[in-house]
Amino acid sequence: MTHSIQVKDLTLNFGSVSVLKNMNIDVAEGEFIVLLGPSGCGKSTLLNCLAGLLDITDGEIWIKGKNVTWAEPSERGIGMVFQSYALYPQMTVRGNLSFGLKNARMPKEEIDKRIARAAEILQIEPLLDRKPAALSGGQRQRVAIGRALVRDVDVFLFDEPLSNLDAKLRSELRVEIKRLHSRLNNTMVYVTHDQIEALTLADRIAVMRGGLIQQLAAPQEIYNRPSNLFVAGFIGSPSMNFLHGATIDGGAAFQFANTKINLAGYEGGAILERPKAILGLRPEHLHIQDHAEPGLTIPAVVEIDEPMGADSLVWLEAEGGLKMSVRVPVERRMAAGTAVHLKVDIPKASIFDTASEQRV
Amino acid sequence: MVDVATHGATAHGATGVQPRGAKPKRRFSGGNIMLYGTLFVVSVYYLLPLWVMVMTSLKGMPEIRMGNIFAPPVEITFQPWVKAWSEACTGLNCDGLSRGFWNSVMITVPSVIISIIVASVNGYALVNWRFKGSEVFFTILIFGSFIPYQIMLYPIVILLRELHIYGTLYGLILVHTIFGMPILTLLFRNYFSSLPEELFKAARVDGAGFWRIYLQIMVPMSLPIFVVALILQITGIWNDFLFGVVFTKPEIYPMTVQLNNIVNSVQGVKEYNVNMAATLLTGLVPLFIYFVSGKLFVRGIAAGAVKG
Repeated sequence: MTHSIQVKDLTLNFGSVSVLKNMNIDVAEGEFIVLLGPSGCGKSTLLNCLAGLLDITDGEIWIKGKNVTWAEPSERGIGMVFQSYALYPQMTVRGNLSFGLKNARMPKEEIDKRIARAAEILQIEPLLDRKPAALSGGQRQRVAIGRALVRDVDVFLFDEPLSNLDAKLRSELRVEIKRLHSRLNNTMVYVTHDQIEALTLADRIAVMRGGLIQQLAAPQEIYNRPSNLFVAGFIGSPSMNFLHGATIDGGAAFQFANTKINLAGYEGGAILERPKAILGLRPEHLHIQDHAEPGLTIPAVVEIDEPMGADSLVWLEAEGGLKMSVRVPVERRMAAGTAVHLKVDIPKASIFDTASEQRV
Repeated sequence: MVDVATHGATAHGATGVQPRGAKPKRRFSGGNIMLYGTLFVVSVYYLLPLWVMVMTSLKGMPEIRMGNIFAPPVEITFQPWVKAWSEACTGLNCDGLSRGFWNSVMITVPSVIISIIVASVNGYALVNWRFKGSEVFFTILIFGSFIPYQIMLYPIVILLRELHIYGTLYGLILVHTIFGMPILTLLFRNYFSSLPEELFKAARVDGAGFWRIYLQIMVPMSLPIFVVALILQITGIWNDFLFGVVFTKPEIYPMTVQLNNIVNSVQGVKEYNVNMAATLLTGLVPLFIYFVSGKLFVRGIAAGAVKG
């Protein structure tokens, strides 16, 4: 595997505040990496460090086998797309696309050729002589992507490129970015706080929090086996149901209030006996049924249901006032106050140690 | 998604034509009479001195002596204007205000250009190229504008003497440039910091350096604030009296100093008509600037000066 980007022990401090802590990431060539996290987690900061727009405190950044830690942004072989598009307002689209190439003293024919190619890929040919103010949001973002495209770089950096667009355009451009990636096969690093974008686009997702990478793995791995409580709660909507209890019988069962759940079939490490543990269950990994099965079900009472078009969410209250959500087919309407039993899909569950918050 | 959109459109169209804009108001409402009445009184209050000046400057001395300062001239004469411009005496020179005018032009033009160029680069660097201690530097710069000029007069005289430019136009230009720095830097810094930072980042990724970003990205987006700076500096430097009288000598006195010397000369008869004409001539340049750029000035002030 050849590395496109390598981040080695990257640390960034603003004064006494530590923003990024000892980060290590290897990105393979052609890989689509998404940096995901709540605001203030350092994901955009990390991207700016990769782009060379922020000087790092310690560590190294390698792009395409070259140490670019102290290289100028333009010398790193990167193209960047910004949230606010950042198009130069006084220049036409053509001027925007050619600005960087002119700075690199590229011959005019080559510039024209590259602009023509980018315009064709992004379907912005009719817009080339317009000013950014005369473009819609989606068109602007296309031009901004074009500006990275004409540079013919190995690495694309996206800083929340879709956040300023409305929901419909966002999903359209999301598909387009994915198409672009499969056509160009560049390395892409994409910052977002939107987990749908992350899950749909990424080859691997880096979930970040407080300047640290919590988990770096493929989307399905992150979704199914979150490495800790934060990742489990952050990914998925509605978020995972957390049952606070204890593992007993040498790790063979989970005790929650008066319910005992059999943990046979759990996919993970040694559960052991833990006086405090959390059982994490996604809404789609619970099944509503009328009858109890000792060791397999949790009793609960229906509060409301929310039909969402494709499926329906049922909110229930379990023992101890715990609110839980379960995903059911939309045809299945549940009346409030109905007492039901939730069957647990243990192979898809996650168990966390309460003290360390790590997945077992 | 599509369904919802078309649905929304038809629902909107079905309601038909709707009134647009605010509800029209009656022209002669009580509020309007009050408003325009007040405006009228205030403008008369401000225009009356101007009226007196213009009228007096168009009268001959015999007519002025008869009093009636508000009355228009019986016999219009432009002689006072001609005299003020090219014949009035100050000290040994009897070539009128024209000498002062050209001196002022030679002081104002380079001072304005140099101070705006330096201050805009300052502001740009302070916003986009933060360096260690840049905030301290800025604070010191701003602090400078709170020190009364009088305190600095004598030290500057010594400084200029040591630089061998005391009593020259260059000396005065230098002083004006430096004294324009705090307010202009503040102005430009605030304006540039209101421009999106991502534009600057994008330009850096595009390989543009300090000067290219400044000239090709920042300056083209900053016309309003340049106009504001231009007006502030032209009027400020043109109207300056203190520095002009302290740092120059009679041959190169700016127009304001010369005007003072004409108006305050104690010898001979007080020629009110010439004095009025001279005063109007001196005020013409700032007045012209205001009229030409009033709209841009307001836009620029609204865009940058009050923020931050």
